[in-house]
Amino acid sequence: MAPQTTNKDLDWKINLVHRRIYLTAALVLIITVLILLQIFYLQVVQHDHFTTLSKSNHIKILPVVPSRGLIFSSDGILLADNRPSFTIEIVPERVADVDSVIDQLSRLITITPDDIQRFRELKKRARRFEGIPLKLNLDDEEVALISVNRHLLPGVDLVANLSRYYPLANSLSHTLGYVGMIDEDEFEKLNKSNYRGTSYIGKSGIEKTYEDLLHGYVGYQQVEVNAQGRKIREIYKEPPEPSKDLYLTIDASLQILAVQALSGRRGAIAAIDTNTGAVLVSASSPGYDPNLFVDGIDRKIYASLLRSKDTPLLNRTLQGKYPPGSTIKPMLALGGLNLGLREPEIETWCPGWYSLRGSSRRYRDWKKQGHGHMDMVNAISQSCDVYFYVLARDMGIDLIHKTLTDFGFGKPTGIDIGGEAAGLIPSTQWKREALGQPWYPGETLIAGIGQGATLATPIQLAVATAVIANRGKLVRPYLLSEVKDSATGRQVIRVSAHEGKQVISVGAEDWDVIIHSMQEVVHGKRGTARSSGAGTEYQFAGKTGTAQVITIGQDEEYNEDEIPEEFRDHALFIAFAPVEEPEIALAVIVENGGGGSKTAAPIARELLDHYFRRHERFGAG
Amino acid sequence: MKEVGFAQKLHIDLPLLFGIVVLSLIGYAVLYSASDQDVNLIFRRSIHLATALVVMFAIAQAPPARLSGVSLWFYLISLGLLILVLFFGETGKGAQRWLGFGPFRFQPSELMKLALPMVIAWYLSKESPPPTIKMVFTGLIFIIVPVLLVAKQPDLGTAMLIAVSGFAVLFIAGISWKLLAGFAVVALSSAPVIWNLMHDYQQKRVLTFLNPEQDPLGSGYHIIQSKIAIGSGGLYGKGWLNGTQSHLEFLPERSTDFIFAVFCEEFGLIGVLVLVSIYLFIIVRGLYISMQAQHLYGKLLGVGVVTGFFVYIAVNMGMVSGQLPVVGIPLPLISHGGTSMMTIMAGFGILMAIQTHRRLLSN
Repeated sequence: MAPQTTNKDLDWKINLVHRRIYLTAALVLIITVLILLQIFYLQVVQHDHFTTLSKSNHIKILPVVPSRGLIFSSDGILLADNRPSFTIEIVPERVADVDSVIDQLSRLITITPDDIQRFRELKKRARRFEGIPLKLNLDDEEVALISVNRHLLPGVDLVANLSRYYPLANSLSHTLGYVGMIDEDEFEKLNKSNYRGTSYIGKSGIEKTYEDLLHGYVGYQQVEVNAQGRKIREIYKEPPEPSKDLYLTIDASLQILAVQALSGRRGAIAAIDTNTGAVLVSASSPGYDPNLFVDGIDRKIYASLLRSKDTPLLNRTLQGKYPPGSTIKPMLALGGLNLGLREPEIETWCPGWYSLRGSSRRYRDWKKQGHGHMDMVNAISQSCDVYFYVLARDMGIDLIHKTLTDFGFGKPTGIDIGGEAAGLIPSTQWKREALGQPWYPGETLIAGIGQGATLATPIQLAVATAVIANRGKLVRPYLLSEVKDSATGRQVIRVSAHEGKQVISVGAEDWDVIIHSMQEVVHGKRGTARSSGAGTEYQFAGKTGTAQVITIGQDEEYNEDEIPEEFRDHALFIAFAPVEEPEIALAVIVENGGGGSKTAAPIARELLDHYFRRHERFGAG
Repeated sequence: MKEVGFAQKLHIDLPLLFGIVVLSLIGYAVLYSASDQDVNLIFRRSIHLATALVVMFAIAQAPPARLSGVSLWFYLISLGLLILVLFFGETGKGAQRWLGFGPFRFQPSELMKLALPMVIAWYLSKESPPPTIKMVFTGLIFIIVPVLLVAKQPDLGTAMLIAVSGFAVLFIAGISWKLLAGFAVVALSSAPVIWNLMHDYQQKRVLTFLNPEQDPLGSGYHIIQSKIAIGSGGLYGKGWLNGTQSHLEFLPERSTDFIFAVFCEEFGLIGVLVLVSIYLFIIVRGLYISMQAQHLYGKLLGVGVVTGFFVYIAVNMGMVSGQLPVVGIPLPLISHGGTSMMTIMAGFGILMAIQTHRRLLSN
């Protein structure tokens, strides 16, 4: 016999386990009864109801897709529209042999290999009873051809739907982005129910960032269908949650003007509202036509866009990294005042070059014969390099780094669309970590005039300019200002600007010096951009910049006409206006445009003139 | 000394075998209908069934002491494979849960369905019940690690099944009600915290998961069609091979996860009662075997295996009849699919081992 322990304790323990087993059995029984009750309910109580459904069987659930939200500029211009278009769809369930149907169709209308490939990819993830688009955007003749032959084409549907259209085409391509066919990766990640019946998704820019708002939430209808799968009647409908219309901060008329000013050149313009950070202009040239992407871009066109030396797909405003050149001089000067290293009236002697003690290397001033005695205001308005070589030497690279970082350089500005570059403000730590090299004093001098490793994006320059205009307040640029329900037009969200952050605290008199000196740049007798400041009805402040693309040797001369275009200097200009009560800050960059005063400043002037003329007109009216 | 029967010598538990055979026959009938009389499928199922029976028979030969001895290793190997899946797993149906060895693919999560109850039974049977608090928490760690790994694949159905069979062992071992209530409180109170940590889209997914009918374009579609199939079956059913819902291709996954709807449509409530009775017979037999087991390990493991089997049934029926979210769990011994059949039969092998080695050991 088994060694049955009579120990009472052990019995109790075994009993405990057995009690639990009985409890488990009871639980199993209860759950089983619950399941059986449900089945009883379905099979007996609701039997008639389900029999009816099963006889007429043919309940289908169809998605009801909300039409994609529209996008408007702040001045009410339609930036992204939906236009009716016709699509040919094939329902695999209703077709015996898909290939032969495609073959049949291709004898009526042109069907490209791209169309067929896309169809096959979509077919893999669709349900058998769902229509799969074969050819999009049919023209009138094609629509007519299909319509008359429809009786020969069971399982082929001509579907009217809406396709995305961007009226401004090239003018706002990068910011707005575009929609395109949902690809395999996107399909894996998205909410599959919500995208039943949707074939487009935002791929970049605003279209991507605000996809959820623009898409809305799909509704559905329960319909009864006949044996051929055509809808007979609707049983129940759950309407979709309408999409939202977006209103951007972009000022379309200013934007168009900016794009025109850059036309034929590579460059970027960023303009923001100094008080809020609302982005008024975000221009990147050359642009591309986002409409090309909507129905799948032709491979050849795409390849040529990718290969182009002018990199039209790059959003220069956010992703273009440029040496800021002399545009950072006002900021460094403020740093000098803040750190107590400079007084405005203390002068530096500029003989046209500067050398570090114990070194024969000459760091040259752009003005070969020298500026002579320079105080701070003159050094900024005439963009004296020697003054800033000496200031940079006195500050050292790490204080330069700190000063420029306070102005928002070296990190993304936090604008609401993705892909922004951080730029780079060098420091000893950066060089040690990134390059494993020590910092050399000569590099500090170069950094003092915004050259060398220093890189900034146009949007960062505009934001930093706004910091000066705001006397130390850093704003975060943003593009979305308002969200309205597309069905009712009711405002859903009013995007409020982020409260600006006071990042620099120095005395008002220090700001006065810096702002005055920038005003002198455009309105002063010897200002580098005085030709662009003449005859304005408003006062503005600016700073020119010329960024070297190649290093000119010790004894070489820079002669623009002798240098191939792609090695010419970049032209930069930053500005804000009006000086008394700033509203707008902007940064203009023209790649290989030569000097900032010659190429970039006139563009800024043109935009500011337009901005204030219009505001006056509105004010008067 | 007691007479040892023929079946006993072969380590076969006849009542259990009887249940398995009846279920398998029903399975053949339903699958034949659900697959539109696909003989090929029937042939593949026969191979699955034969292989699984061999596995069951082989496991039944092992004395429970031997099973107990390898429990920890089995668990650790299964866990290792689950971690491998995380890095090298192949993706199928949107989840990364397969591991390929040449032409073979298998799901380590299947191994875990048995390895987890085994390891917990082994661990808790080292001392007499009830387990100390320390042991309970160690047991919880045994459960949580593989459950998280499986949930991450993501395979929520299997994760839940594994978790329940692990908890069942803890419960049977006599974990105190206070502790049990404590767990419930912790679980309930942490839910809102986790909820708030989730992104909007994650919350939306959970809601859809919990209430599929709100998502008629996704999993809700299955449920609506499946309910029509069940409901239109009525008391007596439409008869074998006569289910209209099933044959008009309205019902998705009808030879695998949703086969129960086909059964309900063709055999009606009467058929359901018969089927459920057979399942209950197997479960009761399993629980009986666990009670009779001489060693704590056998008792604990037996109930763990039986509970796992029941969870399969309950979750599948609950899901097909629209009471539970659609998680993709097959109906044991009826649904088509080799992997789950293997696991279930291996579980029966364990039960038979517990039952048939009992008296031999005691001599």
